[in-house]
Parts: sequence; C-alpha cells; structure tokens
Amino acid sequence: MADPDILIRARRLTKTFGDFTAVDGIDFEISRGEVFGFLGPNGAGKSSTMRMIGCVSPPSGGELTILGLDPVRDGPAIRARLGVVPQEDTLDVELTVRENLLIYGRYFGLRRDVIKERTARLLDFVQLTDRADDQVEPLSGGMKRRLTIARSLISEPEILLLDEPTTGLDPQARHVVWDRLYRLKQQGVTLVLTTHYMDEAEQLCDRLAVMDGGKFAAEGSPRQLIETYSTPEVLELRFALDEQEQAAEKLADVPADRLEVLADRILLYTANGDQALDAIRARGLEPATSLVRRSTLEDVFLRLTGRRLGD
Amino acid sequence: MTQSFAVRQFRFWLTNYRRTWQGSIYSGVLNPVLYLGAMGISLGSLVDQHGTKSLGNVSYLAFLAPGLLAAAAMQTAMGESTYPVYGSVKWLKTYQAAISSPLRPADLFHGHLLWTTLRLTMNSAVFLAVMAAFGAVQSAWVLASLPAAVLTGLAFGAPIEAYAMTCTKDTSFAMLFRFGIIPLFLFSGTFFPISQLPAYIRPLAYITPLWHGVALCRSLSLGTASLGGSAVHVGYLVAVTVLGIIVGNCTYRRRLYA
Repeated sequence: MADPDILIRARRLTKTFGDFTAVDGIDFEISRGEVFGFLGPNGAGKSSTMRMIGCVSPPSGGELTILGLDPVRDGPAIRARLGVVPQEDTLDVELTVRENLLIYGRYFGLRRDVIKERTARLLDFVQLTDRADDQVEPLSGGMKRRLTIARSLISEPEILLLDEPTTGLDPQARHVVWDRLYRLKQQGVTLVLTTHYMDEAEQLCDRLAVMDGGKFAAEGSPRQLIETYSTPEVLELRFALDEQEQAAEKLADVPADRLEVLADRILLYTANGDQALDAIRARGLEPATSLVRRSTLEDVFLRLTGRRLGD
Repeated sequence: MTQSFAVRQFRFWLTNYRRTWQGSIYSGVLNPVLYLGAMGISLGSLVDQHGTKSLGNVSYLAFLAPGLLAAAAMQTAMGESTYPVYGSVKWLKTYQAAISSPLRPADLFHGHLLWTTLRLTMNSAVFLAVMAAFGAVQSAWVLASLPAAVLTGLAFGAPIEAYAMTCTKDTSFAMLFRFGIIPLFLFSGTFFPISQLPAYIRPLAYITPLWHGVALCRSLSLGTASLGGSAVHVGYLVAVTVLGIIVGNCTYRRRLYA
C-alpha cells in the first residue's frame, strides 16, 4: 500500500442481503489517529459497514483493505489489532467484571499476568475499579457500556470500532463515555464510530460521512459539512397550528437561502437570523416563538436527504 | 493455529463451568445410581427370574448398565449442545463478542466440542465407577467403553450443535428431545435387545448412532466384543461425528458471519 498511514481503504464497497442492498458502493479512507464517523438514520447501512470493517461480515462487492490486509483472507490477523464496541452489549452477564476482561484477553492469546496488569489500568480508566469483582448483570447501562469499552481495549488495539456507542444511555452517562473516547483519541487511537446523534458526531469526529440509503450523501469535517450544506444561522419559527400554512406562503419571498416547513415549525436558512426576523415582522407576521441558532449537522442532514435524522 | 484458537474457546467454557460444577457432579453421580438401582436391580430381579437367554445369559443389570452408559452420553451431549450454545448466540451474545477477537466461528464450534468431550469423559467415568460399584461389570475391556461412550456422545453433540446454530426459537429443542432423543433412548437397545422389535422396525434402529453406541459399550462391558463388529460401530459413530462437524462449520459461519 502506498500510504502506510491509511489504515482503512474502501472502494465501491457493497453489502447485499438477498435483494436488499444495505451498503451501496461507498468509497472512503481512514487515516491513523483520526476519528471518523458514519452519521445517518437507522437503516442507512452504518452497522453493515462497521461489520465489514470488523471482519465479521464478508463484503458482497468492491474492495476493502484494513491495515493493508484482506478482511476475508486475513480476518484473524486483522481482528487481533482491532477493538470492537458493538451496538448491543455482548458482555457475559453471568461472570464478574474482571472475568469478562480475563476471558476476552485470553481470546487474544494474552498471558494472565499481562491481562491482570491491563485490567487494573482499564478498570481505572472506565471508573469501574470498585466493581471489579461484582457480577455484570446488575450494572447500569452506562457501566456496561464502559465495561464493553474496557473489554475492547484489553488487546491494545490500533483501531477502535464503536457502533452507536451511546445509544440508550442517559445524558450524564453519555458525557462520561464521550470523555473517555476523547482521551483515547488524545492517546492516538484511531476511532471509527457510527451514530445517529449529531451532537455526538460534532463533538467527537474529525471527519464524517453522512449516510443515507447505503450511500454517502456527503463527506467532510463537521465544520466543512455545515459550511457547504447549510447557512451560518437558522431562524426557527413556530406559528399557531392553523396559521402555519398561511405563514409559510407569506414567507416565501423573505430573503433567505432556503425554507423548510416541518410538521411543527418552519426553518429559515440565512446568514443573519435577526435581520430575517425583522423582515418577517415588517410583513406583519408575528410568530408564536422564534429562535435564532447556529446551523448543526441536523440541518446538513435535512438538506441532503430531505428528512430529519430521527425520522 | 485453528487448534490453539479452539483451545482459547475451550478455556472459556472451563471458566464458565466454575459456577456450575457442583450441581453437575451431583447429577452425574445421581443419574446412574437411580437408573441402575430402579431398573437394573429392582426391575432386573423380575427379568432374571424369567431367564435371560435373549440377553445372552447375563443378568439384566449387566445387560442394561453399558446400554445406559451410552444413552447417558447421548443425554449429556444433548444438554451441552443445545441451550448453552443457543444461549451464547441468542441470549448472552457472547459468541458475537468472541468473533470480534481473532477467533473464527469454526474455532468457537471446535472449542465447544472439546468442552463437550471433557464433559462426556467426566460423566462417563463417573458412570463406569457406579457400574463397578453395582457389580455390573464383567470384563476388563469395560475400560475401553469409556472412549466408546465419549464417541457415542460426540456422534450426537456435533450434529445437534450444528442444528442448534440454525435455530431461532428454543422450542426446537423441546421437539428434538420429545421426538428424537426420547424414542432413541427407549428403542435403541438400551433396555431390551432390538431383536424384540418387529422386524420391519429393526433397520431403523441400525441407522441410529445410539444403537451402535449401545452395542459397542455392551460388547466391551460383557467381554464379547469382536474386532470386526467394533470396527463397524466405531466407523459409523466417527462418520456421523465428522459429518456433524462439517455441517456445523457451515452453520456456525452462516449464523455468525451474516
């Protein structure tokens, strides 16, 4: 391979299940030390892509190279250098926290003394030291997630794959996970993650691919994507329900880049939200509520797919 | 490399067993004691009064015990190859976790077969000890019935595990038990010689692995084994086991590498 810093390279990568095409010819490269995210709604093909990178799902077409190796032929050699945090917890809930790390470390052929030393360090890292000898079953969702992250790190992987790392966690638990992932990034671990949370993508990712229907709708840094596909500001307007339709018609000639009429509100994409709001009021329209905010990845997604991320 | 990977998975089951080993030892001892006591001695005293010519002129206890040894191996294999395997992929999802390590689906399969082999060896050894204590052993060749029983168990364990990987509901195992294991247990020559069966059913018994296991263990325990007969039984059981492994390699890969 030409560039040794490119750890993962995909060309026209495809995954089909019978007649259904989950991943439809995507191209990407992920470099050492980068945090790369696949952002998209459920069913966009994110998890299928992750499973192919994780060498547990053979590609149906195209090329995929991981660490310079072929995932079908060299699966065990690649997986020895990957850490995986799956979407669903796959901990052995009947064993203790420590035993889970022991078992997993043994899968990688690590010696007991090595596992013991790393377990102490990793449990400290994910703040589970005081639960080391407890059974996994009664742990909270956030704790299980952190344990799963610790387990994925037992082999000191070069690439960490995280499929929806904070789905189902409460806000506080999410922030703890984000903080730990940010520290891993600082340590130089390459992170590849999927998410349908735009705030997660904005906080963690250096680079993103927006996925929809198995394809990339766009690719770039969060800032690039917002600059390319949205305006600096967004004016959110809510009208009384029976007035919204009429208001939308009257707004059509307000100077703005774009207008999105959602079920419960109207979004006006503009460089200056306050000016636009003044122009609207000058037309005699008075929204029930108005909010000027900066563009987010949610707006990018809406622009690219015509749908909201949560839909 | 495959072998060492399978050993890693074997060690997982060993670690897991530390939580349940006591219960399994009790049932391992209790099972032969109850069966040999109730059927071998109590029922056997009635049978022996009516003459045991059709049993080969041995006591019913001596006839029954090696048959039960083989049947118990089948039951042990059934237990190890259904819910523990199914649960690993369906409930705990520990198999999904394991395949993200260097281990491949076939390594998980072979690791579990190694584990089943160990459990079969343990249970069969306990069974033989109980048999000896009941005085149900007639030949030193009985020692060879230990590997024979283990092989009988594997001839069930490998195919059942291959099947378990295709199941999406655990009720499949209740069906397998009711319509597969129980009839085999009753009609494969464990409790009576299959010469007692109607002639048109007998060929069915010959194709079941349990009959071969029972016949092999019995001939070794009674000291009546012939080289040719034993070779046929062993060959058949090995063939079924190998077939189970080949199919299982495939069903494991299909289930885990979607």
